[in-house]
Amino acid sequence: MSAGSVLFDAPGPRARLRAHLYTALFTLVLLAVAWFVFRGFADKNQWNGALWKPFIEGATWSEFLLPGLLNTIEAALLSVVIAIPIGVLLGIGRMSVHRWVSAPCGVIVEFFRAIPVLLLMVFAAELYFTYTDVDSETRPLLAVVTGLVLYNGSVLAEIVRSGIKSLPRGQAEAAAALGMRSGQIMRSVQLPQAVSLMLPAIVSQLVVILKDTALGGQLTVGYTELVRSAGPITANFNNSIPTLIVLAAIFIVLNYLLTLAAALLQRRLSRSRRTPPGAKVVVNPGATAGTGAGVAL
Amino acid sequence: MDLFSKYDIFGAFWVTIQLTLLSAVGALIWGTVLVAMRVGPVPVMRWFATAYINIVRNTPLTIIILFASLGLSSTLGITLVDPDSTTSIADSSFRLAVLGFIAYTATFVAEAIRSGINTVPVGQAEAARALGMGFTRVLGTIVLPQAFRAVIAPLASVLIALTKNTTVAAIIGVAEAALLMSEMVENESDRLLLVFVLFALGFVILTLPTGLLLGRLAKKVEVRR
Repeated sequence: MSAGSVLFDAPGPRARLRAHLYTALFTLVLLAVAWFVFRGFADKNQWNGALWKPFIEGATWSEFLLPGLLNTIEAALLSVVIAIPIGVLLGIGRMSVHRWVSAPCGVIVEFFRAIPVLLLMVFAAELYFTYTDVDSETRPLLAVVTGLVLYNGSVLAEIVRSGIKSLPRGQAEAAAALGMRSGQIMRSVQLPQAVSLMLPAIVSQLVVILKDTALGGQLTVGYTELVRSAGPITANFNNSIPTLIVLAAIFIVLNYLLTLAAALLQRRLSRSRRTPPGAKVVVNPGATAGTGAGVAL
Repeated sequence: MDLFSKYDIFGAFWVTIQLTLLSAVGALIWGTVLVAMRVGPVPVMRWFATAYINIVRNTPLTIIILFASLGLSSTLGITLVDPDSTTSIADSSFRLAVLGFIAYTATFVAEAIRSGINTVPVGQAEAARALGMGFTRVLGTIVLPQAFRAVIAPLASVLIALTKNTTVAAIIGVAEAALLMSEMVENESDRLLLVFVLFALGFVILTLPTGLLLGRLAKKVEVRR
């Protein structure tokens, strides 16, 4: 059912009156809340131009925000690039006909999907600190990427698995009838078709990864990503609210662009004939308006 | 096993469980309200729900939790506690964290329910309207009960994700599992792996049954079409 007009009749005079009433009431409530927040911040001087001024000065951006943003993107991209091959291997491994391959892959995937990314990062940071001599410059980045790769590798494994599973059975059966071995079927028949199916889900997962990098600046991980890079600004100007608003705006714009890209990709792929009809990948509900059993937020 | 006598591990996980359950109930209610506004006949509510979902969903949870602490508590003075109570500081960060989780998780609940509404055949709502039902009755008695049955599995993934997300409360000092772990890995770095496995198993124990039980429930109440 396409939500919306099916759920209610075209409004008559009374329904229209009621809708107007609700509109007025709801707008009033929204305005009241907005006014309360606005006044509250104003009482603490958070709208004071001096607190916002740092954000129109080049130095704030070039010294703190842009390097932080670059770090955030660096960690996210590194994690994706490393997590994709791991995810493909784990996903295919889990579908293997040999139990000694599929069982460990399944355990690894389920284990790392069940553990919070923050715990993985904290553990990795301490692990590198105690047992390796990685210099303290790169250690936080390494911890963040390790945490993100372990978690998202498992999530991507599930995306790969559901992508391959959603292909019509005839594809594998036809290949088997031609005399291909199971490895060949996976490599030259199933995987190429599944890749184009999975692309939107993978781009959506990027949104999750980008949001999760914000954990890297917290607790003992200490990676200077975007949120942490704004720390000195807040400390200098005592402008926590303006800073948080600017940070949130940057993330929202980035993620919105990624979501748009995923939707565009989805539309292009569903138009092209390369994927068999009826095949659909379960999209992660954490990133887009997904259906089905997604895996993470 | 002296780790258990030295640190209150069970206490920390109990806080995690409390955070999860309270936030889950709140997010379910707020998410349902959001989805009702999103598909409803009043344009302002539709607009508000859409904007809210798109904005909050794309903001990192870290920023939302920081905002609950710095914005609501420090700036607006909304602490949600009696300032004279002896445990007011801990209670305040706990309740603000719950509020932040509700605000964030509700957007995923709303999107899950909306995809469930899309699985209900058009004829159901049309028949209800033909009987003279208004929007609230169509949604409340016909569409949502069927939609909820279809989205138990996705809602279970949201609940599992919420369980893991409660660790973010550590950044505003709520004494839950992640905060205790980050303290323990520093003090007990010679038993680092043991500490990690302990906490990892704790989360596996919390999340695995949720998925299995709700998965079974989902199959049981599924509407066969």
